[in-house]
Amino acid sequence: METFLQQTLNGLVSGSIYALVALGYTMVYGILGLINFAHGELVMIGALVALQTVTALSGAFPGLHPVILLIAGVAVAVPVCMAVGYLIERIGYRRLRNAPRLAPLITAIGVSFLLQTLAMIIWGREFHVFPQLVSTTPMQPMDGVVVSPLQIFTIVVAFALMGGLMLLVNKSRLGRAMRATAENHRVAGLMGINANGVIAATFIIGSGLAALAGVLFASNYAIAHYAMGFTPGLKAFTAAVLGGIGNLPGAMVGGLVLGLVESFGAGYIEHLTFGFLNSSYQDIFAFMILGAVLIFRPSGLLGERVADRA
Amino acid sequence: MTTNSTALPLPASFALDRRIQRPLVILLALAAPLVALSMGKSWVRVLDFALLYVLLAIGLNLVVGFAGLLDLGYIAFYAVGAYTWAFLASPHFGIHLPFWIVLPLGAAFAALAGIALGFPTLRLRGDYLAIVTLGFGEIIRIFMNNLNQPINITNGPQGIDSIDPLTIAGLDLSKDLDLFGFQIPSLTLYYYAFLACVVAAIILVRRLQISRIGRAWAAIRDDELAAKAIGIDTRMMKLLAFGLGATFGGVSGGLFAAFQGFVSPESFSLMESIVVLTMIVLGGMGNLAGVIVGAIMLTALPELLRHFAVPMQMALFGKTLLDPEVLRMLLLSLAMIVMMLVRPAGLLPARTRYAHRDRRNA
Repeated sequence: METFLQQTLNGLVSGSIYALVALGYTMVYGILGLINFAHGELVMIGALVALQTVTALSGAFPGLHPVILLIAGVAVAVPVCMAVGYLIERIGYRRLRNAPRLAPLITAIGVSFLLQTLAMIIWGREFHVFPQLVSTTPMQPMDGVVVSPLQIFTIVVAFALMGGLMLLVNKSRLGRAMRATAENHRVAGLMGINANGVIAATFIIGSGLAALAGVLFASNYAIAHYAMGFTPGLKAFTAAVLGGIGNLPGAMVGGLVLGLVESFGAGYIEHLTFGFLNSSYQDIFAFMILGAVLIFRPSGLLGERVADRA
Repeated sequence: MTTNSTALPLPASFALDRRIQRPLVILLALAAPLVALSMGKSWVRVLDFALLYVLLAIGLNLVVGFAGLLDLGYIAFYAVGAYTWAFLASPHFGIHLPFWIVLPLGAAFAALAGIALGFPTLRLRGDYLAIVTLGFGEIIRIFMNNLNQPINITNGPQGIDSIDPLTIAGLDLSKDLDLFGFQIPSLTLYYYAFLACVVAAIILVRRLQISRIGRAWAAIRDDELAAKAIGIDTRMMKLLAFGLGATFGGVSGGLFAAFQGFVSPESFSLMESIVVLTMIVLGGMGNLAGVIVGAIMLTALPELLRHFAVPMQMALFGKTLLDPEVLRMLLLSLAMIVMMLVRPAGLLPARTRYAHRDRRNA
């Protein structure tokens, strides 16, 4: 029972981070029908820029409160990622909007590797230690279950952001424009919506969420690295497909479910396979889920659209 | 536009008289190792690898260029071929089968893996396929890395070594051949063996391209709905492209294992899949000549960077700012982006009468 609760908690923490990243994928997909491969790299850039800011600040003003450092790190990382996200759309994808559909996919892969290489040039190949800005001192609300303030913080922040995004999309003028553009660019344009502006805004919002997810991810694993965006990116994509790509609540549910499955899978895989497979196979679950969803329910848990809408 | 669809399609500026062009290419291919040998053995090695990559690129081109299916885990099939050879022809399990059993087996396993992977995904949109294949590549790598316990199958990250070399009719290609007083180095022997495979692959693929199957692939790539409407079994055709492409990967992988004498999971990273993809994007998707040129260019690139970029940086800045490996990744990723934006059909675009790639709107 304790293991169960503990794994649930761990799953919720990683799941809420996946959900934040998955939202970026699903928003872009909903509007453009494009998988933005480079989205995972924004997670990495967010984490590394925040790390750089925190290191610089704490070097210049030692003794600064960690919370101020964290806020400063986020305050720099989010705009940087938003700018990068905007540039990706403007330079990489906009011109290819009417190209054969293989073209933007290949560009996206190129952008992803370009960002990784640039990060490698700027920050080097080594793993950087990400400082513990929110306390990780374990608390024990009940026997055998350990929670840290950081974990609670992660879940709270992620849920707050998701709530904010839902409000934005469902209640604001921009959100209505986004939904209209997702439905049909051309008609939205005829209704006086600046479709290019809306698409750019979508990229910017998604990138901001990715930056925050990057900071949370790096805080939880205490590490930042030029290639750290790849795996969470892939898993977040899986989460988006699991929930039904193009569907915002779906991305959130998909992220949480994926986090839970992974956490339980890693916890129990040794028992299930009689010790043949161990927790180093954790990363396989995401792909197995992806495969299973694509075979049995390609429209995802909450999706209504059919996956094949080419 | 030339209408002869059986020809290697080349842009007008390249279109020398075919009677000159073909012997020239053949002569170049045959003489290349001799020229390279005079520059040093490492260049012959580069040539050998270039041919392995050509084989890979031809296979991936079948999937991406002909059938229009983006496969990002192609290197997994290469890995399947390489590990099949390593399992069945090395002291690791103490099995030493001859190449004419191991190579077809590796190809068959790779084809099976391709079909198993394609089966659930091919009825979906292309982008899903990209991600699923990418995931598949990673899964294969995770298994190769971790299947050394509790039972040691792949020997984990250390990989498998002392793999049997390619031995054709009693001739061990890993040893220099003494022919009437002439020393033919092992690297050169391998070059000609690989060249034979590449030539066979080219003939096969060119016949395929103009066959009923090849035309069906082109139809699917250009407009899947229309292809279905005229009675093409699109799913079957896509599976076939996938399986055949994987077969090429498997053969190439087996040759790689024999040539290298050593396999480890490190050789089969996602980066390798991306490199092969860049080769065909750069050279020209769907065009064999382009793909081959792309593969040779990108295999030579790291060597060239080592020989020219490093001394140049030393001269300009007094130190190496970007090591060749980083520079290579930078150039590869830029090549992919710039090619798609500026020249999406590649350096040598496909020009057969079956390729109408500019019409389709997303």
